[in-house]
Amino acid sequence: MMMREVAVIGIGITKFGELWDYSFRQIGIQAGLEAVYDANLSGSEIDAMYVGNMSSGRFIDQHHVGALIADYSGMASNHIPSTRIEAAGASGSLALHQGVMAVASGTHDIVVVGGAEKMTDVSEEASNFILNSAADQQWESLMGATFASLHAMIACRYIREGYATREQIAQVAVKNHLHGSLNPKAQFQKPIRLETVLRASMVAEPLTMFDCSPISDGAAAVVLCPMEMAHEYTDKPIKVLGIGQASDTLALYQRDDICTFPATKVAAQKAYEMAGLEPRDIDVVEVNDDYTISELLALEDLGFYQRGEAGKAVEFGETEIGGSLPVNTSGGLKARGNPIGATGVAQIVEIVTQLRGDAERRQVKEAEIGMAHNVGGTGSTVAVTILGVA
Amino acid sequence: MPVARFWRDIPSRYNLYGSRCGSCGKIYFPTRHICPECRRSSIGRMESYRLSGKGKVYSYSVVHEAPPQLAVLKPYVVAIVEMDEGVRVTGQLVDVDAEKIDIGMRVEAVLRKIGDEGPSGVIHYGFKFAPVPD
Ligand SMILES: [Zn+2]
Repeated sequence: MMMREVAVIGIGITKFGELWDYSFRQIGIQAGLEAVYDANLSGSEIDAMYVGNMSSGRFIDQHHVGALIADYSGMASNHIPSTRIEAAGASGSLALHQGVMAVASGTHDIVVVGGAEKMTDVSEEASNFILNSAADQQWESLMGATFASLHAMIACRYIREGYATREQIAQVAVKNHLHGSLNPKAQFQKPIRLETVLRASMVAEPLTMFDCSPISDGAAAVVLCPMEMAHEYTDKPIKVLGIGQASDTLALYQRDDICTFPATKVAAQKAYEMAGLEPRDIDVVEVNDDYTISELLALEDLGFYQRGEAGKAVEFGETEIGGSLPVNTSGGLKARGNPIGATGVAQIVEIVTQLRGDAERRQVKEAEIGMAHNVGGTGSTVAVTILGVA
Repeated sequence: MPVARFWRDIPSRYNLYGSRCGSCGKIYFPTRHICPECRRSSIGRMESYRLSGKGKVYSYSVVHEAPPQLAVLKPYVVAIVEMDEGVRVTGQLVDVDAEKIDIGMRVEAVLRKIGDEGPSGVIHYGFKFAPVPD
């Protein structure tokens, strides 16, 4: 089947963090409008919207946010289709992929993809309880496993296998906070020391508070259109080169090996194949560091490092801006923040910013091809996106 | 958790009932109606199978931050246990000094309270794991 090439022509993102004075609809619209202005649209050209969101029903008692966001974006009288997508932490990327497929197939021309989550209207305890529902509620959460402790069990096994040291895992947080200090939209903008990570209050051994991404409010949005129309709207269109999505068992314990996410490998393989590229072609990557250990698994499963090599790469600075493969230049989920449904779209905003050459103090030199890797649950849903300078 | 949702799982929660595929013999926990290896040829051939309850620690973590209903237990230990039948199960590890836990440690299932519906509500029971002497 003949498919159209798809371009990203607009991006928008709110500040991430505890945004007590802004509501869900306010942050959603702020990001959306910024993306629409960035694409030089008036608004009436928009054919469809896709919204990534994990749990507005439990965070703010509001379901049906597809219609809500379309309505408060001023689209109600245009009656455009607007669809909310849920896949826990991968919600934003899956919304993006739905938008890409809608444009590629010729169903729609101008599509806005948003991601938003408002997590701080409930207590931190309540928020963590909602996040646990991304795991198997009946056979993990009810048995006492928290989302952090599932990742702690991955880290425990990973260290035992000799794939990385505790210090190398903690170094991921140090690196991502350093990158976050260069991103004005990041939740945390102060560098931290390795000792700070290691000595912080324990969440689930061996992971401390600084190994875990924070609870955040935030929204991000992008505008897509067919590549052949992109130059009508922008001088710097960024092309979608490849997408891949994969799933796995909902529960971590049902996998043979917990030191790898097979769904990451499968999703990456699909994206690499569609793009006709290999890991060494990628100049900059945003990976799903919901926990520090997750970044090491991602770097190995995406094919950048052999198993047991990612920890060393982080320790030696290879994944810093200026290194051979800059990872999470935005600060990642750890420092930029992790408003669940927004995260996948925020990753795309960062990669587009890098490929346009607009990343200022955190700019990766000569970045032409970038990747985003987004995970729902403990590797139960994975989406990988490859973007390139057009 | 609603009583009915809990009640439906009682055979698995009290007596570690899972499934055995009548086609390939692979064992699963909890119950599955389709074998992921055999798919269509397993339908109608999945048998109820009771695990021995014995196994060893595959990985674990001491949990310091827990949701409200588990807060009284803090810190507690959660583990993935590899049962002697080869299938793995997630559960809490009890009656053990956290310092002495290690990967490979022998454990067996014990019936314990795992939750309740509030001070005057139903108490939920289910398995946890305790160390067994060598
Ligand atoms: Zn079978």
